[in-house]
Amino acid sequence: MIYKVISKTEFTKFIDALAGSNSSFGPRQVDTDSRGEAVYQFRKVTSASEIAFDYTRTASSAKHFFLPFHEELSRFFFHGDEWNQQITYEANPTVLVGLRPCDISALNILDDVLLNGHFPSPYYLAKRKNTFVIGMDHLPLPDCFCKSMNHHIVSTGFNLFCSDIGDEYYLSINSSKAFSFLKEFVTRDPLDEENCRLAERRKLISESFQTEIDVTGLPSILDIEFDSPVWEKWGNKCLNCGSCAMVCPSCYCYSVEESFATNLKSATRQKRLYSCNLVDFAAVAGGHNFRPKNGDRLKYRYYHQHRGFAENANQQICVGCNRCGRTCLTGINPKDVINDLRMEKESCMTSVSSSPGKS
Amino acid sequence: MHDKCFVIPRQELNRKDFASSVPDFNRRSEIMNTEMGYKCTITNIVRLTGQEKLFQLRIIDPVERSLFRFRPGQFLMLELPGYGDVPISISGSSINHEFLELCIRKAGHVTSALFTFEEGAQVAIRGPFGSAFPMDEMIGHNVLLIAGGLGIAPLRAPLFWINEHRDRFLDVNVLYGARDASQLLFTWQFEEWKMINHIGLHTIVEHATEEWKGRTGMITDLFRDIAIEEKNTYAIVCGPPVMFKIVCSWLDRLGIPMNRMFVSLERRMHCGMGKCCRCMVGSTFTCIDGPVFDYWSVMNLKEAI
Repeated sequence: MIYKVISKTEFTKFIDALAGSNSSFGPRQVDTDSRGEAVYQFRKVTSASEIAFDYTRTASSAKHFFLPFHEELSRFFFHGDEWNQQITYEANPTVLVGLRPCDISALNILDDVLLNGHFPSPYYLAKRKNTFVIGMDHLPLPDCFCKSMNHHIVSTGFNLFCSDIGDEYYLSINSSKAFSFLKEFVTRDPLDEENCRLAERRKLISESFQTEIDVTGLPSILDIEFDSPVWEKWGNKCLNCGSCAMVCPSCYCYSVEESFATNLKSATRQKRLYSCNLVDFAAVAGGHNFRPKNGDRLKYRYYHQHRGFAENANQQICVGCNRCGRTCLTGINPKDVINDLRMEKESCMTSVSSSPGKS
Repeated sequence: MHDKCFVIPRQELNRKDFASSVPDFNRRSEIMNTEMGYKCTITNIVRLTGQEKLFQLRIIDPVERSLFRFRPGQFLMLELPGYGDVPISISGSSINHEFLELCIRKAGHVTSALFTFEEGAQVAIRGPFGSAFPMDEMIGHNVLLIAGGLGIAPLRAPLFWINEHRDRFLDVNVLYGARDASQLLFTWQFEEWKMINHIGLHTIVEHATEEWKGRTGMITDLFRDIAIEEKNTYAIVCGPPVMFKIVCSWLDRLGIPMNRMFVSLERRMHCGMGKCCRCMVGSTFTCIDGPVFDYWSVMNLKEAI
């Protein structure tokens, strides 16, 4: 990692150059919601002036550049009784500007899932290799809880990370590509004073969190509370719409579907992002559903995010962006569900008083 | 100043990107091929009952065919171009490298399409995936195979293996329950194995018809027919979801150690590679950690059985 400092005007020139010559995406305001707040999404940009650098949050996460809703896995061509299969995993170089630390952490988690093990996914890797990620830090929103998940600061998984230190950006350069591009612009090595301002900025970020979730020992709590009535309570609220998984930056479950072209000469094999809250997620042919109730499916989502994955990869899938909580139509959010689960047992404690501020 | 090129060059995938992965894919070390199936011809179709057929497949490419290996208990993803792919346990012999046998029930839309296929049609297989029954570990012991309904299909692979190496096992018994007599599969083969290799076959049906001369009742009734040496017995169980708990707790009461009871689970699957999460049970993937589990590990797993 190499650290540099760049003035904001010079940084704008850098983004202009990059966005002008590559297919680039950055946060832009696309709408206003019912409360009058701006809705941001990652959209195509061609210059720095189109990017809302001070955006609050994007409604969808950046994972869709790597895991699109629909992705063609392969194509079949039929000739009489025979057929052949064609697989392509092409990706064009893309620049993503303005990812938050939680988005980048989610990409690191996806790397862990999709690139490790016996069967790395070439589709994902092709996209990941061809994406240039520029991260930017931000002050947490009232409902962000990434600090609890330890994802408010990110140290890998990006090409360039910018911390806002007043009139300048403090750059963490993590790739040779970013370094050679930046050579064309006026940057300088950080002075002591700027290092100080970076530390100050980080402290400010970490002290600005208003939402906190106690996740210590959560895997074992989830294990013990498997039959807890909490699941039924929250499950009864769930509408099985699957929005939470769609906006989640690290949910990757999918289904594979095939369909014939209308001329019946070819067929495609498509991957579609799925959600474990959808009713047929665990239904098998013959009619048996391994998770028939709302509560079962909601529970499974929390188990996968906070327990199952923790057991396999020693970290939780959740990065604490609370996109699921904001998107949920019935107000199910991780903070309330997990605290409810904790409170359930804490309410019967006698010797130790229950945690303050958790009700 | 901006005359310099800021275009990011495109990077292609190469073998090195996958160097860390284990090429357990039948020596197809280029992992990129995992999405590409082995092309097969359906060489023979046997109608077993109204709902089940036995399909015999042959991998077309001779090199791929000679390299294709599987262990009893593993499954493969059967791909019907244009219809979809389904996980099917291999019910043929792992020693036979010429043909693969799959016993399939017409249940969903892919298998319904498969039932319209005729001999000579081309399909693809991906795999084999998953864990297998520890046949080597069972050598020198009694083996008890318990199947309910279509659960006999995955048990046929270990049975073939036992038949090939019959002298290395002590008593081998098959307990097989079905809804009615017409649903009993592969009975001709079991009779043969019984005669040649002294594999005890005990069948029971839930609903007896007039022709049925055998026993009527639940599968657990069969435990009274045989003497089980609990210290020296391995058990393999496969059947519908409700059966596991009943049979396994019965075996547990008989005193068979939990790590010597093996179950073969079924789940919905879309990839077979531990990516789609459709088959996930707790923290365990049925496709890469299973489908064969010992009872101790599934007992700890919530929702597993």
